[in-house]
Amino acid sequence: MAFPMIIGTVLLISLISALIPKSFYTSVFSQNSFFDSFIGSLIGSISAGNPITSYIFGGEMLGQGIGLIAVTAFLVAWVTVGIIQLPAESAILGKKFAILRNITAFILSIIVAIVTVLILGVFL
Amino acid sequence: MKFKEKLKQLPNSWYFLIIIISTYLVISIFKPEAYLASLNFFNQIILKVIPIFILVFVLMTFSNYFITPKFVIKHLKDKGIKKWFFVIIGGILSSGPIYMWYPLLADLKHKGLSYGLIACFLYNRAIKIPLLPLAIIYFSWQYILILTLVMIFISVIQGILINKIMDVK
Repeated sequence: MAFPMIIGTVLLISLISALIPKSFYTSVFSQNSFFDSFIGSLIGSISAGNPITSYIFGGEMLGQGIGLIAVTAFLVAWVTVGIIQLPAESAILGKKFAILRNITAFILSIIVAIVTVLILGVFL
Repeated sequence: MKFKEKLKQLPNSWYFLIIIISTYLVISIFKPEAYLASLNFFNQIILKVIPIFILVFVLMTFSNYFITPKFVIKHLKDKGIKKWFFVIIGGILSSGPIYMWYPLLADLKHKGLSYGLIACFLYNRAIKIPLLPLAIIYFSWQYILILTLVMIFISVIQGILINKIMDVK
């Protein structure tokens, strides 16, 4: 199940890298930590698949000049927010819980990103 | 007919790959320079990640074999702060698709596991030990270590928040 998804994603990333200029990414991300992490979380939340895909995608985002806060928010939202699984989660664990868990996970992915990069800045 | 039936049985991920390969074929006709640049980029990424994939595969095989839902649930029955500790460890060690865990967690909910602890468990599932080598290759071990520790801390915050909002005493 994961194999075609990973190969397909790497092919897609390669295609996007060849077709879209770096200036596009720098125009979407503003270098404002909060705004960039919000955009990163938003993209991560609506994306789905194996975390391996998110590492590859996140690594390439860094290579395109996107800031570490946005990439971190993207990585964290990818694995903690589950829009695709929301119907199943709602049906089995309860609608209120599933919505609350996903909303808090989205907000916390921004906080995790900012805190992680701040701590990294202190130690490195 | 048989071919059509087989096609219907294909998982969605294979359709995704077929669509991407078809896009490459179209681009190779209309924009050959972009096609070659993409293939070159693809080669670079794949060569970088193949050795790590082998390691990830071995680690995942071990974790799937030893860390079963039965093993995790056995330890989720502890009380007090210890319970939070085991929920974190259980979430990190748990494997398999997330939806596989929903029925088991719903069952544990009926047996007294709070919503906060369930949320904490699900949050920690985001930390995948078998995938750490690949993450370190891409982002450095210092970054992954700090990110992991921050995520564990935040998972408890989320659990407490959810308990408060869901009105759990």
